[in-house]
Amino acid sequence: MRTAGALSRIAGRGGGTTLPGKLLWKLDPGAIDRLARRLPEGSVLVSATNGKTTTSAMVAEILRPRVRIAHNSSGANLVSGVASTLLRSRGAALGLFEVDEGALPEVARRVRPKALLLGNLFRDQLDRYGELETVAARWRQTVAALPDTLLVLNGDDAQIGDLARTRGNALVFGVDDPRQARPALQHAADSKYCLRCGTPYEYAAAYVGHLGDYRCPQCGHARPPLDVVAREIELHGLDGASFTLHAPAGEARVELALPGLYNVYNALGAGALALALEVPLAEIKAGLERFSAAFGRFERIAIGDRRVLMLLIKNPAGANEAVRTLVEGAPPKVVVVALNDEIADGRDVSWIWDVDFEPLLAGLDRLVATGSRAAELGLRFAYGGLPRDRIEVVPSLEAALDRGLELTPSGGELILLPTYTAMLALRRVVAGRGHVQNYWEAA
Amino acid sequence: MRIRVGHLYPDYLNIYADRGNIAVLAERARARGHELDVRAIGMHDAVPAAEIDLFYVGGGQDREQALVAPDLVSKGEALREAVEGDATFLAVCGGYQLLGRFYRDVAGDEQPGIGLLPLETIAGGRRMIGDELLECEWAAGRTLAGFENHAGRTLLDDGAEPLGRVVAGFGNDGSSGHEGCRYRRAYGTYLHGPLLPRNPWFADRLLAEALAHADGTREVVELPPLDDSLEQEAHRVSVARARSRGGRRR
Repeated sequence: MRTAGALSRIAGRGGGTTLPGKLLWKLDPGAIDRLARRLPEGSVLVSATNGKTTTSAMVAEILRPRVRIAHNSSGANLVSGVASTLLRSRGAALGLFEVDEGALPEVARRVRPKALLLGNLFRDQLDRYGELETVAARWRQTVAALPDTLLVLNGDDAQIGDLARTRGNALVFGVDDPRQARPALQHAADSKYCLRCGTPYEYAAAYVGHLGDYRCPQCGHARPPLDVVAREIELHGLDGASFTLHAPAGEARVELALPGLYNVYNALGAGALALALEVPLAEIKAGLERFSAAFGRFERIAIGDRRVLMLLIKNPAGANEAVRTLVEGAPPKVVVVALNDEIADGRDVSWIWDVDFEPLLAGLDRLVATGSRAAELGLRFAYGGLPRDRIEVVPSLEAALDRGLELTPSGGELILLPTYTAMLALRRVVAGRGHVQNYWEAA
Repeated sequence: MRIRVGHLYPDYLNIYADRGNIAVLAERARARGHELDVRAIGMHDAVPAAEIDLFYVGGGQDREQALVAPDLVSKGEALREAVEGDATFLAVCGGYQLLGRFYRDVAGDEQPGIGLLPLETIAGGRRMIGDELLECEWAAGRTLAGFENHAGRTLLDDGAEPLGRVVAGFGNDGSSGHEGCRYRRAYGTYLHGPLLPRNPWFADRLLAEALAHADGTREVVELPPLDDSLEQEAHRVSVARARSRGGRRR
């Protein structure tokens, strides 16, 4: 453990870097297993295509008053990020790690979590992760190799809900509120064919993408019974959402400061994981209600006499929910959308054509398209029906931010929809002007 | 003029933003005073071959592709006849593979194709993923830029015409220097991204051919130009991506 000790001192100095973790992973991969075993209360993992950062940040907020946690809060969710967090978290009792979908098998094998939350699987960066089916197959193997791990599963996702069937120790969560259902499956809906026989599922209610209450009319494969349920959901535009959390232990009304049905899913998953850790319902409610925003996911930043609202977009399912939430508030007149094509964004930008941006167009006076693939983004909106004289292509992120602010009236709010690396870059620009802390200082 | 489009299996094969291609065709037709009438041709639907000017089939995940393959075989004869009768056909990625004679997966199992294009596809170990650039000699050297992501190695028969020569990227099999296939007015390709928004000349070519079928003349007349400054900029960036980081031929 001498390597780990030296690296730990470096990691302790902060800076938000994963370098010590990368070094440890290279020099002594087994050290990660040993560091994880030192945590007296063990570890819990959170994985999903969408919402893992927000969900694990919610869990952290719930647990903070009762236990000292090691948490990769800045979204460094590969093996190296988990290693870095372990290195700099001396004295922590419980590990709480969000884990990249592709990295889950390796992290789970090393960390041997006592609980594992699986939130959803959407099509995402096919150039990087491969097909959704491939990820699902690797998850099935991962779960099979963790017989003692308590599974916390989103039953509304057919691929994930199915994992509950083989286990006694699974806690299944889901939404049950047909008033919030979408009239039809979205264009980009993924797992919509029966896992068993390939027949299209029939949905009593579809909530987010393919998440919902499904049943196969051919063979009867259906959503498993739910243990933890969100009902009586109220969405308050951009101002928040509320729902009643029904659990075996009782029920609690939760008022979230975050908007949108997708955040109800995040809160529900976080609540279910906390229940699995035997946290009382009142503490879960309090933690969820204290929670404001995870890094770059739904962040409001004041810039002079204007505000910027940043919503990360990274794949069709997530972007659809961002659009839906914006339109349910006051539909924006000016939007800055930022599309980069680095590895972390996905080098294949075709996904923007699978996003239902159209509901935004009706009220839109001006779209500022920015990022390294700004022109492609401009085309997406042009062929989506936005007149070309309302589209400005400004590849420089900083120039686009300034242009957006210029178009925003004094006292108004500018909507920014960036992909991952564009979000990081925009935050750096804003931080450089002194409006937000760098993320390693905020943690 | 009404251009009738038959979109095969839009519910199953839509993974690489295929609706972007359809949106581009619709808008560019409208800008010239024509109307695109898109109908879905799904599982168990008959192919109204005489009533379709342009067929489209996109890509899917392996699972979805396996679900539609047997159904497509039952539509094979009608589709082959349509292409012999000068209908236009664009097939992308998985749809492209299914237009060949067969697709053999890593385990050696074969999925039947419809033999509309003179080729066969055999899955390889490593996926070929990245930006790609082609040059099309048959179109006065114009270029096509897009993104490829496929495990299948597609082998063209001797004498078969590729869609283009690979300038950067992998192409059909990573070694032949060819990408896609062209037969009469049918085009198959691994290029998505989607293909048509950033390659407007090719969209117009498909439309011109479909119009020739719709009006019965079979004569392809070039369409009047549009302001494509945004398209050209997207093309330029996509070309630069392929040149700087497209997959290398091995």
